[in-house]
Amino acid sequence: MVRPAHRRPGQSRKAQYSLFVAYVIAVTGAVAGLLLAVLSVVDPVGFAQLRVASHEVTAPIARVSRSAIGSISGIDDAVSAYVGAGSQNRRLRKELAATRRQLVATSSLQEENRQLKALLKLQETDKTAIANGYLLTSTSTSSKRIALLSIGRNLGVASGQPVRGADGLIGRILGSGPSVSQVLLITDIDNIVPVRRARDGLPALAYGRGNGDLDIRTLNIANNPFKPGDILVTSGTGGLYPPNIPVAIVVRRQDDGALARPLADPAKVDAVSVLRPYTPENAEAQLAPAPDAVPEVPKAP
Amino acid sequence: MNQKGPRLGEPASLWRMRLVPIITVMLASALPLMLPLVASSPVLPPLGLLFFLSWQLLRTEMWPVWVGLPLGLWDDLFSGAPIGTAVCLWTAASIAIAYAAQRIYWRGFFHDWAIGALLVAIIQALAALLTHPHALTGRVVALVAPQIIVSILLVPLFLRLTGKFDNFRLKRR
Repeated sequence: MVRPAHRRPGQSRKAQYSLFVAYVIAVTGAVAGLLLAVLSVVDPVGFAQLRVASHEVTAPIARVSRSAIGSISGIDDAVSAYVGAGSQNRRLRKELAATRRQLVATSSLQEENRQLKALLKLQETDKTAIANGYLLTSTSTSSKRIALLSIGRNLGVASGQPVRGADGLIGRILGSGPSVSQVLLITDIDNIVPVRRARDGLPALAYGRGNGDLDIRTLNIANNPFKPGDILVTSGTGGLYPPNIPVAIVVRRQDDGALARPLADPAKVDAVSVLRPYTPENAEAQLAPAPDAVPEVPKAP
Repeated sequence: MNQKGPRLGEPASLWRMRLVPIITVMLASALPLMLPLVASSPVLPPLGLLFFLSWQLLRTEMWPVWVGLPLGLWDDLFSGAPIGTAVCLWTAASIAIAYAAQRIYWRGFFHDWAIGALLVAIIQALAALLTHPHALTGRVVALVAPQIIVSILLVPLFLRLTGKFDNFRLKRR
């Protein structure tokens, strides 16, 4: 049983005033906080530095705990894996059989592709990363999906640079501090990635759902061309993300597009690389050694 | 009589009485960013908020109503929500708890649980809506719904934990 509060200050003027002042401070502060929140939604860059500075404080502890425990891979993933184990097993067997057949066909295509590229004298576009690091930790109590990267300005990381793992795209840098930086994951609700279907180049947009999945929407909504198993890669449209980085695999069709699962799971990925943002200047610089090359990055035949 | 050092049965030091609640809330706010967990959805309950509410439910008069301003700002730095969200919502929660303490004179365990549950649900839902103003309302609420349910179930545990910390805070020498 909780002791009742004695909020009534009685006859004392001083006590009455101090209670009143406390309420005035609280209400004005709350209103100011709301304005601040609206402001930081409109201009997230201005406040990113403040947040990165605070993450610098916890980063050493995160480094120690990560090296001691290792990365805890997604708890929610483990639960849903149990639920869907049976149907997943059936589906995977089917996929395995189909993949074996495709593998044979692909190996010959790869060889052909290599020869054709050699004929065109196309140089491999500059895919070297600015820096490599690993994901330390992430926000896990709010609806924002921000991960902490173990490297910062000390290795040339700056906001707006894309981040990828070995399996595919992870996200982009939101802000960077002296030794850590924040990555906005592609699964965040506010992150949109221009993609295309790897098979035929059908353009689409990938919207984060906030729960680890992606919504894929085509630009023309007349028909829904997606099938489960379609691989989506970045298209390079609009800059920022370089083309041909794997993004997601379609899980099932939806009314207005498809539901896809990212190929790179940030919870399980070991090391990530920070890439140069794909701006027109960067793209031209990459193509500079081969001036007679076609301006677009070649697609597999 | 004028020996140095604490005497038997003397109340705990003022510093300990004041700092223990603040430190528990601040540590709980920053803890998720010290764990090597890369979450793909809001999987952890809002630890800082749960301690903040528990302390106020247990000791309504311990803090002034504006204490949500500094503690909320600290939580905003780590939660990932836009800065100012918790400043506003936590202070509103303080005022709500102060109001409830006046209306419900003898609060019991289930009163505390109900008040805590209601406040956690409202704060988490509003914080998510403030974070993503352009997204669909239903989808954003559905995203934080599992977290809200887990948090509501954890409120009694946090009240207990806060009680333990309170015993430590007031322990006589």
